[in-house]
Amino acid sequence: MVVPVRLSAAPKPLARPVLYSGFHPGAAMEQAKPSFPEASIPEHRHADALIEVLHQVQQQRGYLPAEALAQVARDLALPLSRVHGVATFYHLFALQPPTSHCCSVCLGTACFVKGAGVLVAALEQRLGLRFGARSPQRRDAEGSDGDAWSLREESCLGACAQAPVLRVDGQLVLGLPVSDPSRLAACFGALALPDRAAEAA
Amino acid sequence: MSVLTLWVDGAAVAVPAGASLLEASRAANVEVPTLCHLDGLAPVGACRLCLVEVDLPGDGSPTRLVPACSTAAGEGLVVRTATVQLQRFRRMAVELLFAEGNHVCAFCVANGACELQDAAVAVGMDHSRFPFQYPRRHVDASHPHFVIDHHRCILCTRCVRVCDEIEGAHVWDVANRGSHCQIIAGLDQPWGTVEACTSCGKCVDVCPTGALAHNDDTTAEKRAARERPALLRSARERQRWHNQGGPP
Amino acid sequence: MASMLRCCSASGCRSAGGEALQQALVEARSRAGAGDGAPVIKAVGCLRLCSRGPLVAVDGPAGSVLYGEVPSARAAELLEACAAPPRAAAARRALASHALDLRHPFFALQEPVVLETCGLIDPESIDDAMAHGAYSTLHRCQAELTPAQVREQVRLSGLRGRGGAGYPTGLKWDTVALQPPGPRWLVANADEGDPGAFMDRAVLEGDPHRLIEGMAIAAWAVGADQGLIYVRAEYPLAIARLRRALAEVQARGQLGSLRLRVRVGAGAYVCGEETALLASIQGRRGNPRPRPPYPAQLGLWGAPTLINNVETLAAIPAILRRGAADYAALGTAGSRGTKVFSLSGAVRHTGLVEVPMGTSLRTIVVTMGGGVPGGEGADGGVKAVQTGGPSGGCIPAALLDTPVDYEGLRALGSMMGSGGMVVIDQATGMLELARYFMRFSVAESCGKCVPCRAGTVQLLQLLDRFCDQRASPADLAQLHDLCAMVKATSLCGLGQCAPNPVLSTLRHFHQEVVSALAVAPGGAP
Ligand SMILES: Cc1cc2nc3c(=O)[nH]c(=O)nc-3n(C[C@H](O)[C@H](O)[C@H](O)COP(=O)(O)O)c2cc1C
Ligand code: SF4
Ligand code: SF4
Ligand code: SF4
Ligand code: FES
Ligand code: FES
Ligand code: FES
Repeated sequence: MVVPVRLSAAPKPLARPVLYSGFHPGAAMEQAKPSFPEASIPEHRHADALIEVLHQVQQQRGYLPAEALAQVARDLALPLSRVHGVATFYHLFALQPPTSHCCSVCLGTACFVKGAGVLVAALEQRLGLRFGARSPQRRDAEGSDGDAWSLREESCLGACAQAPVLRVDGQLVLGLPVSDPSRLAACFGALALPDRAAEAA
Repeated sequence: MSVLTLWVDGAAVAVPAGASLLEASRAANVEVPTLCHLDGLAPVGACRLCLVEVDLPGDGSPTRLVPACSTAAGEGLVVRTATVQLQRFRRMAVELLFAEGNHVCAFCVANGACELQDAAVAVGMDHSRFPFQYPRRHVDASHPHFVIDHHRCILCTRCVRVCDEIEGAHVWDVANRGSHCQIIAGLDQPWGTVEACTSCGKCVDVCPTGALAHNDDTTAEKRAARERPALLRSARERQRWHNQGGPP
Repeated sequence: MASMLRCCSASGCRSAGGEALQQALVEARSRAGAGDGAPVIKAVGCLRLCSRGPLVAVDGPAGSVLYGEVPSARAAELLEACAAPPRAAAARRALASHALDLRHPFFALQEPVVLETCGLIDPESIDDAMAHGAYSTLHRCQAELTPAQVREQVRLSGLRGRGGAGYPTGLKWDTVALQPPGPRWLVANADEGDPGAFMDRAVLEGDPHRLIEGMAIAAWAVGADQGLIYVRAEYPLAIARLRRALAEVQARGQLGSLRLRVRVGAGAYVCGEETALLASIQGRRGNPRPRPPYPAQLGLWGAPTLINNVETLAAIPAILRRGAADYAALGTAGSRGTKVFSLSGAVRHTGLVEVPMGTSLRTIVVTMGGGVPGGEGADGGVKAVQTGGPSGGCIPAALLDTPVDYEGLRALGSMMGSGGMVVIDQATGMLELARYFMRFSVAESCGKCVPCRAGTVQLLQLLDRFCDQRASPADLAQLHDLCAMVKATSLCGLGQCAPNPVLSTLRHFHQEVVSALAVAPGGAP
């Protein structure tokens, strides 16, 4: 038997569907391969497109700057706080500009069992970064941050059979030899990870 | 209107179809503690204080714990609101809330007018067995009339709902997730700079704790008006005004 | 049959060099002069033994052989191995060290139903999929059966949801179908957030048309004319292949009036929970809401919505083609059919296995998986097997003979979950592992309800004390109490199941817990 719910517990009925038309992520986006094309399908009701549109903006800008969030809110006719609340809920949305390089370690179960912890410690040493941290921002005149790195956690990438797994600037690296420090260092070298520990010495 | 009969703590009560288990309990003169729920706002079932035990009639399925505020009464349900286990769970929930924020009642605007305090009394909690987390939070006093002190926020989202559902301004929302959740105004900006705020004060009216207050309130001076959403909703939706006070 | 090289092009093998290998094969073939008899080179889905990637299957007149860890430099020899026996024999001898024994239990004990054509067909070609029977069951159903008859077949098959909870699929379909008239939605849950699980990824990357056909049948059986596939953003290849497959099938008009679209998540495990999934699809924070009402009654935009897991839906075409009775003959009384597991962790052969329900853990982990590398004894050095991910628990080696089905695992305090199976060796401390899962739950809690938001944080700190040998007997009592409270009072499955890894450790590895108590009486508070 199913307990019926009283009406007020139900989500509020949606206002009349509003056709999605507002947000134009700019000419640059239209030339770039649109990787979330659904957002431009008119039957998308305004609020429902929010996550899709945030993906688009992040694709285009690399992250979600505050003024872009405000623009999205205006275009979709949504409250600012709602847009910010959604943008901060999902791990893949970044509200800060990305570093030019990123190294992320899978902390899924298989990787954990196969020594992701050792991998993290080795990377912390090599990059001179605490896990979860990024190199200090030193943007030059062109707005480039030189070779700033960040060291992040990544959720399971589905490559568990070849654990432990690392991702360097988007490229997956599988089956790292965590039990052999010298081979591991060689691996890092092959991936062109800067050796901050050696530089400091 | 069809009527449902059910049992709350052994007493039979009849309620209109669509009533919640919380309303059914009230009809049976049984007090179920609540925190996130407020009459007049959509229930969310977040604080879990109002959990009650329910036996579904006849089907022999195991007893379930359901939030009374957001579960509909059903014909023939047997509801228990105060088993030993429920009381233990409720007490732990309140302890978790106290340990999660920074609640120093002696210095709080809401001292004496705080639903979290009331809940602690109701569940018989005198101290928290869980280590205090001492989170680093902040106070936002940028609004000309009101102030929000995040240390005292229990994330019940009443402010979010009243501002959205009743005032229609949707100034507030929840940002981040898990233990990093936080109430934000606008794009996580100072409340005073959010244009959408009409300064109506409804969020302050409904906040169960001292998190939202008038900025001239000092210790134990909080003025809350937690019945307002229900009155406003009744006026707006049913054209019935119960908020007119007595004769002059 | 033309000889053929099937290259695994799923993301596991791709990152292990599969793409380069396929490229090398194409080049070697054109060097050798691609005449009529030249072997076909086909990109296929996961070939199961992912740990030995990149994998290539060689089908030639001399039979089929599977090769693993083949460097691109050996491309020419692989081509040779497709030739007629005398020439092939030499090449096959040269490649012998890369050959994988298909008679090994890892392959021999598999019972492919869901993965029937995964590894055989080119996931980017609808023609190839249709040549292997894709969409024929859909058309047969629509021509020969009524929607009610289809639902009856699904009910009789005994299929239960593969997303974790094991709710009978036929019953769910009936619930949606029997709602008052009006629009209905169909959602395929491809959020697979369970760390250590990659079954759904294999289906999406290796055989997307099977999922689409399953969805089309489901939609027809419950009267939905719109559907969404919610895929986690961490699976870019799966998303690309699914989009391509959808575009192709819609261009062919195979789906009639049914409209299917892909929605991409944004990194939140809790969005696999069905009410959070609905919120996320509608552009909101992924906060679950109390059920009832169930999505089958009140789902997307207020319409009744059928939500099924990818593997559940991918089993549908096979069930309807083989007949309910045939499918139900596999598995156990309460858990029919087959289940795909992703075998990973400290085990020699890692990858995908599809076996009948009720197969023992020992068979899967020791016989098929080969136990822990270097492990000895009847248990193959296995200390425990983790099933059900952060919602499940660890089953100790002493219970390896447990048949794997919904009830069997639940009775041991674990869960079937979505099918992740992580083997734990002696080197891993069980309390560390419990803490690992609690950390996951803390990070993934949506923060809506108190027991999960604040309770998991306290549980994690308690586990810290155990892992650092600072815990007191009072901490142990509190651990028990708080686990019970979080489990009983949390709003959604995430919080309700978050204590399970701790509880199963307390139950099966009590000795480790007791020896982690601080030596000094009372410990330091
Ligand atoms: C925290 C949580 C995470 C979940 N994650 C998934 C998931 O990633 N994939 C999935 O199919 N089901 C997941 N589920 C189960 C779904 O809520 C739902 O039961 C399932 O999609 C229903 O499909 P089924 O009946 O075919 O299993 C999750 C449940 C919970 C509580
Ligand atoms: S004062 Fe009124 S408008 Fe402003 S935040 Fe509070 S409820 Fe919303
Ligand atoms: S500020 Fe007050 S009303 Fe708003 S969530 Fe916090 S405690 Fe609740
Ligand atoms: S149990 Fe956890 S994830 Fe589920 S609603 Fe509560 S806080 Fe959110
Ligand atoms: S656990 Fe690391 S890829 Fe799955
Ligand atoms: S009052 Fe019902 S859950 Fe908070
Ligand atoms: S990914 Fe290639 S065999 Fe599994």
